[in-house]
Amino acid sequence: MCVPVAHPQSIEQLTALLRDEPKTVLLAGGTDLMVALNHGSQRIGPDELVVSLKEVPELSIIEVDHVQRLLRIGAGVNWDELLGAPVDTLAPCLTQAARTVGSHQIRTAGTIGGNIATASPAGDGVCALVALGAVAVLTSPEGQRRVAVEDVATGPKRSVLANDEFIESIEMPIVDGWQGYSKIGTRNAMVISVAGVAVVLSADSNSCRIALGSVGPTVMLADNASTFAGDSIDWTNKEISADSLERISELVRQVASPIDDHRSTATYRSHSVGVLARRLIERGLQEMRNSI
Amino acid sequence: MSDLGIRESSLTGGLGQSPLRPDGIAKSEGAYEFSSDLSADNMLIGKTLRSPHQHARIVSIDTAPALAITGVHRIITADDVPGKPTYGLISSDQPVFAADVVRYIGEPIAAVVADDEDICARAIEAIEVVYEVLPALADARLAKDPNTPSIHPDGNVIREQNVVTGDLSVVGDVIVEDHYSIGMQDQAFLGLESALAIPDEDRAGVECHVATQWLHEDLGQVAACLDLPTSAVRLVLGGVGGAFGGREDLSLQVHVCLLALATGRPVKMHYSRSESFLGHVHRHPAEIWMRHHATSEGILVKIEAEFVFDGGAYASTSSAVLVNAVTHAQGPYRCENAEVKGIAVRTNNLPCGAMRGFGVVQACFAHERQMDLLAQACGLDPLEIRRRNAMSTGDRLITGQVVESVAPVSEIIEGLSRMPFPEGAGAVEQHPYEMPGGAGNTTRPGDVVRGIGYGLSIKNLMYSEAFDDYSTARCQLRDGIVTLKFATAEVGQGFITIAPQIARSTLGLEEVELDAIDTNVGSAGSTSASRQTWMSGGAVEAACLRVRELVYQHVATTQGTDPLVYAIDGAELVNTSTGDRRPMTEVVVGLEFDEEVEYRHRPTVPLDENGQGDCHTAFAFVGHRAVVDVDIELGLVRVVEMSTVQDVGRALNPLSVTGQIEGGIAQGLGLALMEEIIQRDGRIMNPSFTDYLIPTIADMPPVVAELIEIPDPQAPMGAKGVGEPPTISSTPAVISAVQDAMNTAYGSAPHLRRVPLQPSDVAKTVNAGLGD
Ligand SMILES: Cc1cc2nc3c(=O)[nH]c(=O)nc-3n(C[C@H](O)[C@H](O)[C@H](O)COP(=O)(O)OP(=O)(O)OC[C@H]3O[C@@H](n4cnc5c(N)ncnc54)[C@H](O)[C@@H]3O)c2cc1C
Repeated sequence: MCVPVAHPQSIEQLTALLRDEPKTVLLAGGTDLMVALNHGSQRIGPDELVVSLKEVPELSIIEVDHVQRLLRIGAGVNWDELLGAPVDTLAPCLTQAARTVGSHQIRTAGTIGGNIATASPAGDGVCALVALGAVAVLTSPEGQRRVAVEDVATGPKRSVLANDEFIESIEMPIVDGWQGYSKIGTRNAMVISVAGVAVVLSADSNSCRIALGSVGPTVMLADNASTFAGDSIDWTNKEISADSLERISELVRQVASPIDDHRSTATYRSHSVGVLARRLIERGLQEMRNSI
Repeated sequence: MSDLGIRESSLTGGLGQSPLRPDGIAKSEGAYEFSSDLSADNMLIGKTLRSPHQHARIVSIDTAPALAITGVHRIITADDVPGKPTYGLISSDQPVFAADVVRYIGEPIAAVVADDEDICARAIEAIEVVYEVLPALADARLAKDPNTPSIHPDGNVIREQNVVTGDLSVVGDVIVEDHYSIGMQDQAFLGLESALAIPDEDRAGVECHVATQWLHEDLGQVAACLDLPTSAVRLVLGGVGGAFGGREDLSLQVHVCLLALATGRPVKMHYSRSESFLGHVHRHPAEIWMRHHATSEGILVKIEAEFVFDGGAYASTSSAVLVNAVTHAQGPYRCENAEVKGIAVRTNNLPCGAMRGFGVVQACFAHERQMDLLAQACGLDPLEIRRRNAMSTGDRLITGQVVESVAPVSEIIEGLSRMPFPEGAGAVEQHPYEMPGGAGNTTRPGDVVRGIGYGLSIKNLMYSEAFDDYSTARCQLRDGIVTLKFATAEVGQGFITIAPQIARSTLGLEEVELDAIDTNVGSAGSTSASRQTWMSGGAVEAACLRVRELVYQHVATTQGTDPLVYAIDGAELVNTSTGDRRPMTEVVVGLEFDEEVEYRHRPTVPLDENGQGDCHTAFAFVGHRAVVDVDIELGLVRVVEMSTVQDVGRALNPLSVTGQIEGGIAQGLGLALMEEIIQRDGRIMNPSFTDYLIPTIADMPPVVAELIEIPDPQAPMGAKGVGEPPTISSTPAVISAVQDAMNTAYGSAPHLRRVPLQPSDVAKTVNAGLGD
């Protein structure tokens, strides 16, 4: 297959292309797109132009805004770049999620923007970002809008992104507290998530956010479980009762609406997100206690 | 090495050493030409149209719209097969192209040849096939019901074979029984099916470069379908990227030759990964019931078993796989009384056939799970129950055959019991990624329980049941250089390393060259059944021995001595009566010899209706110990270490043996924990390496291997086949270790009965809601 590919050199050129070309397909690392093309589940039509995001420098920024306590990551940043500074200390659950992604080759090609735009419920980066309360900055010829990451995907492979719109960056608060990401797969590395959980414990606001992956049509925020956890944690002593932990597990299982498929069963997925949420909160509180 | 009188220092690259593979550096540098890298000037591309239905009647095929596409040269269907319309390894029951009925999703219906891959893909879509969908037979148990309509003119039963012996009225003091199942494993070779066919100028013949396991078997089948004499078809081994049984049956060979002959141009066919899953046979899924009877001391007194093998739509080697299963049902244990029933059936699922372990994998999983149950029931340690029942040379199998091979089962058990254990869970500072769950960061030391498990097995070597099993090799000596010619498929196992080693040690000459591997010499038989070192190694040795004999005679004539006084020691010719030595390189100056030999193993016989008869040639034995860490609540397993003691006869190339052991264990671990082709209504749900999981470096533990080297008197050079045993009992060892962890944590946990293990099988120990 041979198709023309445009290489815009700036956000301005990219936006202009999206305005002028009737139909475009964005290409970042290609680790989802090329697989879909090779499998024939997606095709490039003769009237479609592939637009590479690789050479748009603004998409590969990582910026720290200390005043607003914000971390801003360009959509074109790859997984490998999320493993090191400053992300590993400012958003460690995103680093942990990045480390679970594919192999070294995939991590140096695949991008965080592609992970969100692909709109898979198994997106590891998405799960971490949802727990962090991250916002996607979407840009189009009409301007910019900001959408909470959990609201970008509307279903498997479906999103709010318009055809002439792209993810420019992702902004997330720098949270003081603890965060972690765990993912289940049936082998020890290079595996699509069967279930994933991200937990962010905020000592700034004495609150908790729990995000769940692979247990519904999109990555979801476990609202009730998050609120209950925030309320039942003893934030002074960083402790929680066994009953409350069990209740959190239960609330997580309740909100999960997984399916049976060739990777796992619905019952196991529900079970495991319950276990992971409990373990992460326990682990987080313990580490917070140890660091007092 | 003293038995051959070789002074290792004086000969480089001889037996017992580990010279590098001749293709090793090219392979690691990416320079090696695999069959998929082949190309020719003026080459066209071929592609296969496959059935989307499990079972359907083909009402019509309209190729006109596809032929109208620019760049499409020809489209062939069943009507274009000039010779035999069907092929098959044992019975010729599989159509080259489906003519009237399709019997599985993925069955070839037509092939297109076009200028490039894209045009092929469009042409395939443009072919209009009208089907009348028929009810599909997907359940092997239903297939054996005589009331179920036949899906094939040969019927639904491929073979039934029982093994009945001794006193069936015997009842044990202790009885354990259960049902076991094995999922469909794929060979998952990395080098996908591919071939390049080049027609002769006059189109009266064709040369086909192909990655296969048995050139001559392919040759016979291909020539018959092409309606050409075998002399008009030449098969050349293309670079093979793994095989494991998946290349025993034809895949694209006939198609690509037909397209080349039809167009008069070189044609290449090359499967994608997802097509490869449809293009070759797989390991049989099996349902097994076993009941073991023992005395209260744990001595086996009777075995009862029933095997149902799902052969899929066509027979392939199902009948031989079944025989291996039923004749190995006892494992490496003595038992006088047995009633074993076996059946292999046709269904509208993917065809199954050969895969490393060939029926014994399924049997071994069941008998080893049973031995663990029996140990528990008798209150014995799992190694002790095996020790008490260990088979030895001279014992009679349930088929009545006496084990004449060296059978060091007790030595294997002793070896395993002596192996030190790795440090306990949590004893060493473990990185979270070294825990169950790996990179998923799910587990901490407090979530982990350690388990230890064992598996033992017996495996037949070579072909069985009166098959005329032979291999051919030719040894030429000229200008001091030895050239070997054989048709032995090098699929990665290392025959191209071993063969020169054999020649060097036999002739005392270091310079050995290998001729092309093709059909310009007699058959070598298949690279399967752990047989090539024995069979083709035996043939190479025999051919070299003949040449050596001629050298001795020549020297004796010129020296006026008796040829019997000569021997080779390292790189020298020794006159054993005078002690005189001369370098062989000097001795052979000016000598030219050329000898070809067919090597046969001793004959075997068919089984009678009670499964009695000396049907197997020889046996090898192995034991495995798995140490695992299990996160029981999540059902995640980390294999910490695999240890093995393997009966190899003699390690002709220790590094190659290690390679077979480590690779085989990886494949056995894969079956235990993750590898399965999941079919729903005959459709593969995971036809890619995204979801057909094979172990990665993060899943593969260190392997500690001990070799038992007792040269087998029947084996050429004393060496037994080593390829299959590592795969066979590693699977139950892993499962047994997981079970041990579950039992340690929860007293008596649910008995694990299926591979691959699902996390929920383990996690249901703590959450009953996850049960079946
Ligand atoms: C072997 C393998 C293993 C994998 N393992 C994992 C895993 O463990 N976890 C996981 O989450 N994923 C995994 N993936 C999936 C994939 O790598 C990730 O989703 C990755 O983040 C996709 O990013 P990309 O840059 O490659 O996207 P691309 O393939 O370039 O694009 C994907 C989609 O997003 C669109 N897109 C890309 N960038 C933008 C943008 N800035 N704005 C709008 N739309 C955009 C594209 O048009 C396309 O539709 C794996 C993939 C492979 C092949």
